[in-house]
Amino acid sequence: MSDENLKKTPLNEAHRRLGGKMVDFGGWDMPVQYTAGVIEEHMRCRTRAGLFDVSHMGEIWVDGHGAVAFVNRLTTNDVTKLVNGQAHYSALTNEQGGVVDDLLVYRFGLDKLLLVVNAGTTDKDWDWITSHKNGEDIALTNASADYCQIAVQGPDATGIVQKLSDVDLSDVKYYHFTTGRVDGVESIISRTGYTGEDGFEVYAKPEFAEQLWDKFLEVGRYGEDDGILPCGLAARNTLRLESAMSLYGHELADDISPLEAGLGWIVKLDKDGDFIGRDKIAALKEKGLTRKLAGFEMREPGIARDGFEVSVNGEKCGVVTSGSPAPFLKKNIGLAFLPVEFAKVGQEITIDVRGKHLKAEVVPTPFYKRQK
Amino acid sequence: MSNIPENLRYSKDHEWIEVDGDIATIGITDYAQHALGDVVYIDMPRAGDKFTTHEAFGSVESVKAVSEVFTPIAGEVTEVNDGLNDTPEKVNNDPYDGGWMIKLKMDNPLEADAMLSAIEYEEFLAASA
Repeated sequence: MSDENLKKTPLNEAHRRLGGKMVDFGGWDMPVQYTAGVIEEHMRCRTRAGLFDVSHMGEIWVDGHGAVAFVNRLTTNDVTKLVNGQAHYSALTNEQGGVVDDLLVYRFGLDKLLLVVNAGTTDKDWDWITSHKNGEDIALTNASADYCQIAVQGPDATGIVQKLSDVDLSDVKYYHFTTGRVDGVESIISRTGYTGEDGFEVYAKPEFAEQLWDKFLEVGRYGEDDGILPCGLAARNTLRLESAMSLYGHELADDISPLEAGLGWIVKLDKDGDFIGRDKIAALKEKGLTRKLAGFEMREPGIARDGFEVSVNGEKCGVVTSGSPAPFLKKNIGLAFLPVEFAKVGQEITIDVRGKHLKAEVVPTPFYKRQK
Repeated sequence: MSNIPENLRYSKDHEWIEVDGDIATIGITDYAQHALGDVVYIDMPRAGDKFTTHEAFGSVESVKAVSEVFTPIAGEVTEVNDGLNDTPEKVNNDPYDGGWMIKLKMDNPLEADAMLSAIEYEEFLAASA
């Protein structure tokens, strides 16, 4: 299949030069891994540093006096609690109380917010957000094509980015960000990530993507046994799964409540003003969940994969949303929706792995937590 | 460049066999392991299991995907590389030796002769590139 119809980030050539195995990821031509392989990429990110091209993510600016109120009305978390230079994880919800997308909301100013959304849902989110404008004093801009985004994650990440930046990054706390120069390039520097490690996500103009990427590799000592490694989509997935972070389309969807996915902590039912789906979410909380997301570990050899059926006491009752080997933990793990009475630590479950019924056990999440 | 030892026979499904009398040792080729990526689990049959030509005898799982493995020849399993799941990376690092999967008593040793030689397999890989 020709790759000509696939969208490319500014780092496409760089991925190919590094030996990236390119695949179609939601219409984007992206590397699933590089020459080191998934396991090595995953481990290097946890022990030293990993480098990720996340330029395919979407960026939407909300400017104007009505910005905070507007975003607060469309998302579950409380935007009024953000200060300048702070970001939070949130969800866009629909009238049924399901998740349109999960996202990060960055507050640059009282009248300037940046929404960072998933690559596969950028267009859907843009249509959703623009169609819900209702006379507010705001301007909406889909700036996704105006940014590249590179993540540096791992114990060595801060040191690597600091070497290239004029900003004292020790002042930038977790889920906070600043603007400044990285290798002389104007950037948004955000202490956020999708790996469970410390690190930064750097946003800059796309024409500087290769420069920043190559510089991170150089300063990170790519090629040395303990140097930074570029990490593909496969490692990105195993890293976020070990950290029990949700992936839209798996743990989150239009017909899944954030409460069911364990994201009650980003749903501020008591915040000022209504938000889309609030009444349905509140009703569900009142009534009690019927299903809930749970983490599990395989107890027999075998790997549970996305979509596999889960049974308890011989009865089919759930489904695996994400399943994979966990390279750091050296176990096979996954997340599954289970009836709430079975979504408890210690519960034995059975997973249909291509005809074999294998035992697994519900365990606490996150599966992995970094040493601080 | 794929490693393709001269003394083995090959299938178009990227298995290799090494013949010793009427016993064939079977594994997957360097080309196959490279395409799969890091192998994390191998689902293997048991001694005594019987397979026909081109029947799937097990599967190899990488982090992202599962691939079935087929026996190029019919026979009965005499031995399985039991330790392989303790060190599945052997399939990647040592596909023709430590990464061997099963030994099969061949129903018909002539089937082995009909398989591809090293040169024929190399040409097959080049043609499908």
